[in-house]
Amino acid sequence: MELDFGPAVRDFRDEVRDWLAAHLVGEFAEHRGVGGPTDGAAWEVRLAWDRELSAGNWLGVGWPREFGGRGLGLVEEIAFEYEYARANAPYRATVNALDLLGPMLLKMGSEEQKKRFLPPILAIEELWGQGFSEPGAGSDLASVRTRAEREGDEWVVNGQKVWTSFGIHADWLYVLTRTDPDSVRHQGLTLLLLPTDQPGVEIRPIRNLAGQDEFAEVFLSDARTGADMVVGEAGQGWRTAMATLGIERGTTLLPQQLTFEREAEALIDLARDRGALDDPMLRRRIVDAWISVRIMRTTNLRTIAELTAGRAPGAQATTAKLYASTRHQQLGHLAMELAGPAGQIVGEDYGLDMRQRSFLLALAETIYGGSSEIQRNIIGEQVLGLPKEPRP
Amino acid sequence: MDLTFSQEQDELRKVVRSFLAKYSDEQAVRRLAADPEGHDVFIWRRMSGELGLQGLAVPEEYGGSGFGYVELGIVFEEAGRALLCGPYFATVALAAEALLRCDDESARHDLLPGIASGETVATLALTEDGGRWDEPGIRLTASGDTTTGWRLTGTKTYVPDGHLADLLLVAARTPVGISLFAVDAADARGLTRIPLPTLDQTRKQARLEFTDTPARLLGTEGTAWPALERTLATASVLLAAEQVGGAAAALDAAVDYARIRVQYGRPIGSFQGIKHKCADMLTEIESARSAAYGGLWALDAGDDMEIAAAAPLAQAFCSEAFTRVAGDNIQVHGGIGFTWEHPAHLYFKRAKSSEALLGSPSYHRELLAARLGI
Repeated sequence: MELDFGPAVRDFRDEVRDWLAAHLVGEFAEHRGVGGPTDGAAWEVRLAWDRELSAGNWLGVGWPREFGGRGLGLVEEIAFEYEYARANAPYRATVNALDLLGPMLLKMGSEEQKKRFLPPILAIEELWGQGFSEPGAGSDLASVRTRAEREGDEWVVNGQKVWTSFGIHADWLYVLTRTDPDSVRHQGLTLLLLPTDQPGVEIRPIRNLAGQDEFAEVFLSDARTGADMVVGEAGQGWRTAMATLGIERGTTLLPQQLTFEREAEALIDLARDRGALDDPMLRRRIVDAWISVRIMRTTNLRTIAELTAGRAPGAQATTAKLYASTRHQQLGHLAMELAGPAGQIVGEDYGLDMRQRSFLLALAETIYGGSSEIQRNIIGEQVLGLPKEPRP
Repeated sequence: MDLTFSQEQDELRKVVRSFLAKYSDEQAVRRLAADPEGHDVFIWRRMSGELGLQGLAVPEEYGGSGFGYVELGIVFEEAGRALLCGPYFATVALAAEALLRCDDESARHDLLPGIASGETVATLALTEDGGRWDEPGIRLTASGDTTTGWRLTGTKTYVPDGHLADLLLVAARTPVGISLFAVDAADARGLTRIPLPTLDQTRKQARLEFTDTPARLLGTEGTAWPALERTLATASVLLAAEQVGGAAAALDAAVDYARIRVQYGRPIGSFQGIKHKCADMLTEIESARSAAYGGLWALDAGDDMEIAAAAPLAQAFCSEAFTRVAGDNIQVHGGIGFTWEHPAHLYFKRAKSSEALLGSPSYHRELLAARLGI
């Protein structure tokens, strides 16, 4: 089953295809398939690729023209993502600003904020990091302790953030802060935009288990930002942050799913090469891996079809992440088993091949964006309407 | 893009659901499960007369209303949700489909209108004592030729609703290969029908013994297997849709119970042990939906390659999903779910029996693997 967007979008799709074929060459082509939200490898090349995309006016396909976007619709956005993933183009390094902050500003930001921040995002002139998580908080975003106090025309921010993807490169952070010291949980939070180029911001890299400086911890000591840097309303930061997470669950699974399909195909080739298809035990797991990626594909197509038809996505939009992340890990284990001893050897400086990298980084997929346990709570409470766990 | 349901299709679902809520409620299911025939002619007539469900996907030239497989899938999903008893699957998913696929225009004109109107209850008799759904499993023989007439000799068993079907479509072997025959069960010489007591009482099966029984050859002698293979693919997808509906009903029951049942001072649904189980059930169901809907869309697109993969995928996945979810429903209910009086076991037994109905999940995985060249 392929996506067919109808004749109106076909020209656009062909334009995307042609452009990618012409530009995804040289060092960019060598980095096909690199990436995933957790993959910090080949940062400079990936950043250069984002600039190439920017020069081609392919970032912000659905954003208004006045902010540097193309002003096209959801169907074109999806068609672009689909072609992009089909071409196996590198995962965009600035995905944080493109897929999360940008749409959030478009939805909840002030006119000044949109004018000030959106064009440099699309031009890859300013890089952004997300400051939601805190040490010891994990998925529990409501336990934010980072404080922000109003001093004249400024906010003064103190606290610590962690798991900031690509944080060491960030020029700006969007941070969730507690602005009402007496508030608890979801109340009294404010979302602030904060420049990193100041003495009160210290960013230290955290190395992930694949050996990459993928994320960072951020120390804020009397860091300052302007009073006009509140997104949404002061005290309503939870609502603003949740709107971002809603965006995150939209169409972003599509490219990931096509990557998984490629991995499943590679797995079958590997199995054939190793004679593993004659082993009924392995054969069964290989068929199950294929079934899993095919189901992910149909699930995503269902969601996309509903979105483009202007319908509210069904429950599958909520269960898709749990299913995909779990099944992708199983696929990784199987690929490593098929690779056998060869899978145990890495390159110089802990250099990982595509299979090893995907196998290790897949561990994060059941953690980031809300861990599987949190996903199950969300499904149980918000989709199935089960009662909440009482809080002490 | 047509990968979502239209308003008309949503409306169809609503109509069928409310019809089945009325005519296939727990009381009706239990009554028909306990009844050896397991068929309520009154409901059957209403299904055809009021809603045209038997002829929904039968082309108009054969007396049906010419809708597609997506529409038919919606009906099967709802039928599964309501544990509809009676010969709907046998008649519509197996027999009507076999007639549509066999290369015999006059047989279609003769036999399909009766099915579409609800006059004829039909089934496909394919499996024999080995319980196999593949070509080598067919051993019953047909002898004769078109001038002298054809005769069937041998045994078919595990035939869905074979005890009451008016029309039996029988897969048989002749010296040149697999052929399909039609037997009018009402006045068939040498036919003995033995109802089989079934673990899942909501779908009956029978053993059919043929001794020199006259039969009508459909299409060309020896060429029926590809048509039967396609019939089984279609039936696999429709059964998958039915399984999705059954699983969804089992989850609904589990969630309703988890909301109200209080243990240790709070509703059990507030405990993560139960909540997460229910979330996993839904994830399994939504994945199964994708598997089944993918099959329906492939059938409507008529893409042979896609159907060949999508059908066994749907059957393997949805079979296991329904069984798992129906079992988890019993677990969520605890002791009460293990009693005869509670409907949970009806779904569990339907699930397990549906797994075997068209071949096991392992069989369908192997079909898929072979077709993918794995």
